[in-house]
Amino acid sequence: MRKVLPRSIVVVYLVAILLGPIAVMVWRTFGDFGGAWDAVKAHNTLLAFRLTLIVTAIAVPLNTIFGIFCGLLIVRGNIRGKGLLNAFVDLPLALSPVVVGMSIVFLYGAQGWFGGLQGHIQILFAWPAIVLGTMFVSVPFVAREVIPTLREIGTEQEQAAATLGASRWQTFWKITLPSIRWAVVYGVVLTTARCFGEYGAVAVVSGNIEGKTQTATLRVDDAYQFAYGNYAPAYGISIVLALMAIVVLLTMLRIHPTGSESHV
Amino acid sequence: MKRHTATRVTLLAAVGAAIAAIAASGAGAQHKSVTLNLVAYSTPKPVMTKLIAAFQATPQGSGINFTTSYGGSSAQAAAVVAGQPADVVIFSTGTDMNLLADHGLLSPKWNKMSYGGVVWNSVVVFALRNGNPKHIKTWTDLVKPGVGVLIPNPFTAGLAKWDILAPYYAERVAGKTDAQAQAFIKQLYQNVVSQDSSGSNATNTFLSGKGDVLLTFESEAINGNIGYVIPKVTMKIDIYGGVVTKSQNQAEASAFLRYVKSPAGQTILGQNGYRPVDKKVFAEFKSKYPVRPGEASIDNNILQGWRAVDKKWFDPNTGIMAKIEKGLGVSTTG
Amino acid sequence: MTTFLSIVVILPIAALTWRSTDRGAHGFWQTVSSAEAVSALKLTLIMALLAALTNAVLGTVTAWVLVRDEFPGKSLINSVIDLPFALPTIVVGLVLLALYGPRSPIGVDIAFTRWAIYFALLFVTLPFVVRTVQPVLIELDREMEEAARTLGASSVGVFARIVLPNILPGILSGLTMAFARAVGEVGSVVLITGNLPFKTEVASVFVLQRAQSDPVGGAAVSVVLLGISFAVLLLIGGFRRLASRHERA
Repeated sequence: MRKVLPRSIVVVYLVAILLGPIAVMVWRTFGDFGGAWDAVKAHNTLLAFRLTLIVTAIAVPLNTIFGIFCGLLIVRGNIRGKGLLNAFVDLPLALSPVVVGMSIVFLYGAQGWFGGLQGHIQILFAWPAIVLGTMFVSVPFVAREVIPTLREIGTEQEQAAATLGASRWQTFWKITLPSIRWAVVYGVVLTTARCFGEYGAVAVVSGNIEGKTQTATLRVDDAYQFAYGNYAPAYGISIVLALMAIVVLLTMLRIHPTGSESHV
Repeated sequence: MKRHTATRVTLLAAVGAAIAAIAASGAGAQHKSVTLNLVAYSTPKPVMTKLIAAFQATPQGSGINFTTSYGGSSAQAAAVVAGQPADVVIFSTGTDMNLLADHGLLSPKWNKMSYGGVVWNSVVVFALRNGNPKHIKTWTDLVKPGVGVLIPNPFTAGLAKWDILAPYYAERVAGKTDAQAQAFIKQLYQNVVSQDSSGSNATNTFLSGKGDVLLTFESEAINGNIGYVIPKVTMKIDIYGGVVTKSQNQAEASAFLRYVKSPAGQTILGQNGYRPVDKKVFAEFKSKYPVRPGEASIDNNILQGWRAVDKKWFDPNTGIMAKIEKGLGVSTTG
Repeated sequence: MTTFLSIVVILPIAALTWRSTDRGAHGFWQTVSSAEAVSALKLTLIMALLAALTNAVLGTVTAWVLVRDEFPGKSLINSVIDLPFALPTIVVGLVLLALYGPRSPIGVDIAFTRWAIYFALLFVTLPFVVRTVQPVLIELDREMEEAARTLGASSVGVFARIVLPNILPGILSGLTMAFARAVGEVGSVVLITGNLPFKTEVASVFVLQRAQSDPVGGAAVSVVLLGISFAVLLLIGGFRRLASRHERA
């Protein structure tokens, strides 16, 4: 009885909050599979998926490089204001995406600090603002995985390499980087999933221009909003988007089967 | 000297002829690809798709590409002011048109264009459940206890303003004072069960099963296949269209709006649930769009146009709606 | 690298904070202390706390079950925990609407009520405490617990005196992360709560609705949310230091 009770609580909770709702959505999608499929393969939807992938392809590498170097700086660097740097890196985790979007409007909108740019390059209501917003919200993930790992493993190996005459770059490539690779991989997976799923910031800065600035998540919103109560199209696009993220998650679990561990 | 003059004249004539020829050939066909950015309110998305396709099939419209963005009218207008690219705008309140005009993005004479800047009309209707179980027919039915009313958010959706002004006007016409009519609106808001960001989202909320009556455009009820009732006293909704002053494609944008107002465009609108603003075309659709004797326009004596209405009702600090929203907070238990 | 951080994070925040005072300190205060804003902020904080606490308790139980229990389907449960990280928030709203909305197949309709906010926040914060407690439980040395048991301590006593102190930092940091996440949540609540001022409007939706039409007002409330985020971050940092001190002990 003692063993069964916690087990049952967990299963019931997960079904009630997580699995049950998802199951109903999937079931309803199959109730109107044609409508869902049409929505998924519509030209503007495919363009939306493409935009999401392009934005992710830009945001993830940049945030990964930043995350690794930031982690090194915070754990091993000799700078003042480490705490502040740490706080700024973590800030996007705690910040509402809508606030992120608003702050971008305040920079690049016509009345914004850089509003003068508007005649020359279109940032707001175009893909650059979407990239900036998506990057903002996904900044922390790689850094937060790398930092505790760097703390755990210490600097002995690097020091040994230095005494053996290795250059800083060689040390970094051959010793540091491999030692944090699983942290980086997990961070990349989380960053990617976050980029796929970003909605709040993009809703504010994109202008919702069909085929040009609608990401996949905005496309779900669009499918929901204009379908006169038929949700299968919105569900269909949602399922594809969710599958994309799940595939990324599963790939990581395949190559590092000890499961996801979150370092705090 | 005289020798060279002959040559010069011939040369000039040749150059002049060449320029004339180039100019003439450019005027007819579209050789460069033009893209028009349409920024519109939320609910006309399906009919706009048809209008754009029909326009592109005409000689003036051939070769013109469109980008489209739909959303709550006031949110869209604010986005255009913040820099969203736009050549043609279609909004559901004059507030939004005035906002652009005040920022130099629309001609200040936007409402002196053909049809007063209006591209089509509709009316405020009660969209109802099958069988109308709560027997909702008049504005007073909406304030009965237990009736769930759907009005979108007046900050972002243009429809909300029409939904608020219509019952106010109805009360005034029934003989109530300004204060009494305002109190009626306050009572109405006790029954509002969702404030969606756009007219389309409100329709969706209704269709998902929430609420007993959706206050919406007649066009939206028709296109959503929802049974509706046109109250005896209601607002005749103007939908406005304009060409943005900083558009690089003024000629093409104007051509599109002209098409929308042309008999061909108006007929498409009439067939899709929208009331043509062209009187002749409207007459052809008379049976589909009953005209209530109590139908009022925004410029009537009581309401006195958009500037007056916005100042009185929708100023975020001093407007009546701001006070009503605050009052809602006091009366609930938080 | 500081340039990167500046362009992407710091500059936008600075612009937001600066512009929130466009109408002066008086205008800022007027917006932030308006009845609607106060109600939205209160609702946000209360709902976020409730959801975070619920998931702290249930998350700990889940971590326990995943680490200490064996039953068929356990690894499936383990993978499922991360689903909220994979699903876009707008999808979360749709998914909850499917089961708990007006057309619910089980007749439970909580859409457009405060329950909808609670459920949405439960969904998006579900993994946090599980994933912070799990690694600690895995590392935990069972000898102390077994010793305590052979000495006659009850299971509850063992849990309270030996296990809990060890996992408490993990629970607390997961809890504060869940809270921070919940305070900012927007995508999952915007479709299913009706966004009624004073009833179901949370702070993030308050800001969203003003993003275009009253950006200065939206910025003011955003700055308040920003302040809350910073405070929570300091807390998380504190708990992290506590946790690492604990590990070394």
